[in-house]
Amino acid sequence: MLLTVRDLKKTYPGAEGPAPVLRGVDLDLAAGESLALTGESGSGKSTLLHLVGGLDRPDGGQIALDGEELSVLDDAGRARLRRGTVGVIFQQFNLIPSLDVAANIAFQARLAGRHDAARDAQLAEALGLAPHLAKYPEQLSGGQQQRVAIARTLSAAPRLVLADEPTGNLDEATAAHVLEAMLALVTGSGAALLMVTHSQALAARLDRRLHLTGGRLA
Amino acid sequence: MNRAVLSALLSHWRRAPLQLLTLVLGLALATGLWTGVQAINTEARSSYDAAAATLGEGAYDQLVPEDGGSIAQETYVALRRAGWQVSPVVEGRLAGQRLVGIDPLTAPGALAPVQVDGADIAAFLGAGEIFGRPEVLEALPETGARLVPDPGAAPGTALTDIGLAQRLLDRDGQIDRLVVAPGQPLGRPPLAEVAPALVLRPAQDGSDIGRLTDSFHLNLTAFGLLAFAVGIFIVHGAVGLSFEQRRPMLRTLRALGVPLRRLLALMGAELLGLALVAGILGVGLGWLMAALLLPNVAATLRGLYGAEVAGTLALRPGWLLSGLAVALIGTALASASAFARLARMPLLSGGQPRAWAMGAAGGRTVQTLAALALLGAAGALALWGKGLIAGFACLAALLLGGALALPLLLGLVLGAGERAAKGPLAQWFWADSRQQLPGLSLALMALLLAMAANVGVSTMVSSFRLTFTAFLDQRLAAELYVQAADPAQAERIEAIAAPATREILPLASVDRELEGAPGQVQMARDAQTYRDNWQFLRAVPGVWDRLAAGQGLLVNEQLFRRADLDLGDALEVAPGRALPVIGVYGDYGNPSGEAILGEEAFRRLYPDALPLRFGLRLPPDQVPALRAALEEAGVPQAAMTDQAALKAFSLGVFERTFSVTAALNVLTLGVAGFAILMSLLTLAAMRLPQLAPVWALGLTRARLGRLELIRAVLLAALTALAALPLGLALAWILLAVVNVEAFGWRLPMTLFPWDYARLGLLALLAALLAAAWPAWRLARTPPAALLKVFAGER
Repeated sequence: MLLTVRDLKKTYPGAEGPAPVLRGVDLDLAAGESLALTGESGSGKSTLLHLVGGLDRPDGGQIALDGEELSVLDDAGRARLRRGTVGVIFQQFNLIPSLDVAANIAFQARLAGRHDAARDAQLAEALGLAPHLAKYPEQLSGGQQQRVAIARTLSAAPRLVLADEPTGNLDEATAAHVLEAMLALVTGSGAALLMVTHSQALAARLDRRLHLTGGRLA
Repeated sequence: MNRAVLSALLSHWRRAPLQLLTLVLGLALATGLWTGVQAINTEARSSYDAAAATLGEGAYDQLVPEDGGSIAQETYVALRRAGWQVSPVVEGRLAGQRLVGIDPLTAPGALAPVQVDGADIAAFLGAGEIFGRPEVLEALPETGARLVPDPGAAPGTALTDIGLAQRLLDRDGQIDRLVVAPGQPLGRPPLAEVAPALVLRPAQDGSDIGRLTDSFHLNLTAFGLLAFAVGIFIVHGAVGLSFEQRRPMLRTLRALGVPLRRLLALMGAELLGLALVAGILGVGLGWLMAALLLPNVAATLRGLYGAEVAGTLALRPGWLLSGLAVALIGTALASASAFARLARMPLLSGGQPRAWAMGAAGGRTVQTLAALALLGAAGALALWGKGLIAGFACLAALLLGGALALPLLLGLVLGAGERAAKGPLAQWFWADSRQQLPGLSLALMALLLAMAANVGVSTMVSSFRLTFTAFLDQRLAAELYVQAADPAQAERIEAIAAPATREILPLASVDRELEGAPGQVQMARDAQTYRDNWQFLRAVPGVWDRLAAGQGLLVNEQLFRRADLDLGDALEVAPGRALPVIGVYGDYGNPSGEAILGEEAFRRLYPDALPLRFGLRLPPDQVPALRAALEEAGVPQAAMTDQAALKAFSLGVFERTFSVTAALNVLTLGVAGFAILMSLLTLAAMRLPQLAPVWALGLTRARLGRLELIRAVLLAALTALAALPLGLALAWILLAVVNVEAFGWRLPMTLFPWDYARLGLLALLAALLAAAWPAWRLARTPPAALLKVFAGER
């Protein structure tokens, strides 16, 4: 199993005392598998994604990624994990504004030390970014920026792709096209995909679907 | 990974070249001003050291005549025979150059330009050789001696064998002082037994000239530091802004797996590289500035203190390395807080960039307390501090305290404006101005410091100029001054001048120690000229009558203060002869102590010191006729100086003294103006979310641009108003504390409202120019950019 989550808990401090967001989540994800995570706003979907991606620390429970327990890793260890094993596609793109599209796409792969220019070209072609490689993020539309973010993650060929509403800023037709390309690229490389989405239609296109409510998976 | 991260970090500068320019130029200017001042100081000091090495000043004990005259050859021989290891020195001026004669056979090793056991000693002693810098040798007349260029020699000084020097100076058999070699034989008879007319002047840590000019260099260093502080304000702002603007990128980098420590290290390396580039640029700028200013500094020191400084600049590794070190330290200081913020930055906190330096309430409290503490410390140091260091510490505390208090003060004024505003637009304008304050405060603080320094220094200089001019009118009252070559010529001059003049003022003096320090005793004839023109700081009634009767003496202010004298206190002016102090006079531009005796008393105490110089009082239109008559009698034109020329020369020396500080003033104000421009430009992008709603509500972009312009001028005007009292306080400390400690005299402080008004207008103009471009850019912002604010795409 690529990802194993057991009894995962997370609480945030709130104005009226501690607010538990995750109350014991269990989850398994195999390599090559895609999983959609749905739920209401504030249900903890993004929190779960951040914990699995090593961006945040849980208050309890275990996360094992490719056999490695995340809770024992220090900051540098978790940074190594994010660099080499996990790829996160953010809802707000988080592109580097001062780098052009080509450099943005190559960036994480270069960090991970496995940059492949041919693969970048293939990704740019598949995601319709080839005409925009010399542009800067601010010169792109929201949908184009999201595709750059996807290409950046996939260029590094991570074992696990975490996507937070990756098509949330796209119109329906573009969203369907981008998802199609993303699914083909992720599963084709043998990686697993964990995607947070509000869209039931998009969720239906993935291998499995889980709904997060009241801090637990249903 | 390092290359990828570095390329991402550096790509920011490609997209924000203006910010890069601010950072590099700010640091380069700061380093340049600092390095320039250091270069001037180092160059001047090395000249003193060369002089000291050549002349033996400071390094060795010396025997000098107690009465300030010369030493007879027989006394020297007697000392040598008694076992004293002493070496004779004679010096004088030849064709405007200082000619020093030494005896290489007896001189301590470091003094002689040739070695005793070397083959060149024969040439030095035989046909005669004169060592000196090429320009010095060029100025000498034909002497028959071989000229040996020596770039390491002291500036303005030629060195030769004592025999040749005595011949060239027409002082056969005379010696000025005896250098005492270290390691004297035991059992030699005491000095009082062999040469009772001589006294031992002990070796000093630094040369006499070096200590005299320390105050001038301290002044320069203080200005260098002030300019550096202004530059660091700019760098701090630029670094803070670059970190703030890159905050989303840094968060992304960390999210993508760059460890925090690696990120900090790489950003440190990036800044180090930029600091090195800026440092090298700054050192170059400093070198250029020093090269431009050094001739003036050299003239200043020569005129003010008689110190010889080379007028050209050598590239010295000392100040070069110190410049680079200062650039690195400055960058570290300016970026420390930005690094601390980055280290504490949570990985997942709210993503929108906040305007940099938007101070929290807690920060304001700390700032208020720090400002009050510093201003309190400045007050305490001004009242109870002792010494030059305390004076400068007082200045630093005052300036820093004032700078920290500025944003709080402006906040109060803008708040009051907001409360008093009537219409909604005016209300928004005042409130919005207050909101901009944290972002602009660093630049405004830099402007405040620059303006306060300008007000302070210009007040000091103008007060000095006023007092000095009056002093010259008082001291140079005679229409014509004549220098005699010998006593016989002096008698002829008096005889020729007597019928044409209404008063003849003979001038005579001897150098002697006064209250333990080198000084001069002068002679004053009882003349109406003195009675009419001299003003005393303090004097007993009937001071001139008592002086003429030999019942007392006059002292200059610096001796009066240094020796802690009071009217009526006795001062020894000749061996075993003390007279009471009956008057104190201002003596500006002279670092030494001075005492004036009545003519009779002086002639009685120093019968050998005959007056060779005369001040002649006559109607100005008769000066040319008298000059012609004197010339006919064999007095060369060069020995006659009319009052106007002498005053012009003295004022010229004074003007040059402060030309360096004036140049630094202008540069500092320029740096502050640059800081405002850069702050406004960099803040302009962050202003859009604040301005877009007002635009949407019906204000045109052009009007918004005009309001931005008015805001910048308003803030600069308020800063200028705050700078005035701060600058006057600075002037008071310079005149009443630092000046007394450094020079020994206190100047009356005079206010110059028109100068301040002109400076204020300059500051407003600088602010207007600085704000014009950002305002113009705002007025031309495309509506699409403003609409993006509402689209949530920012």
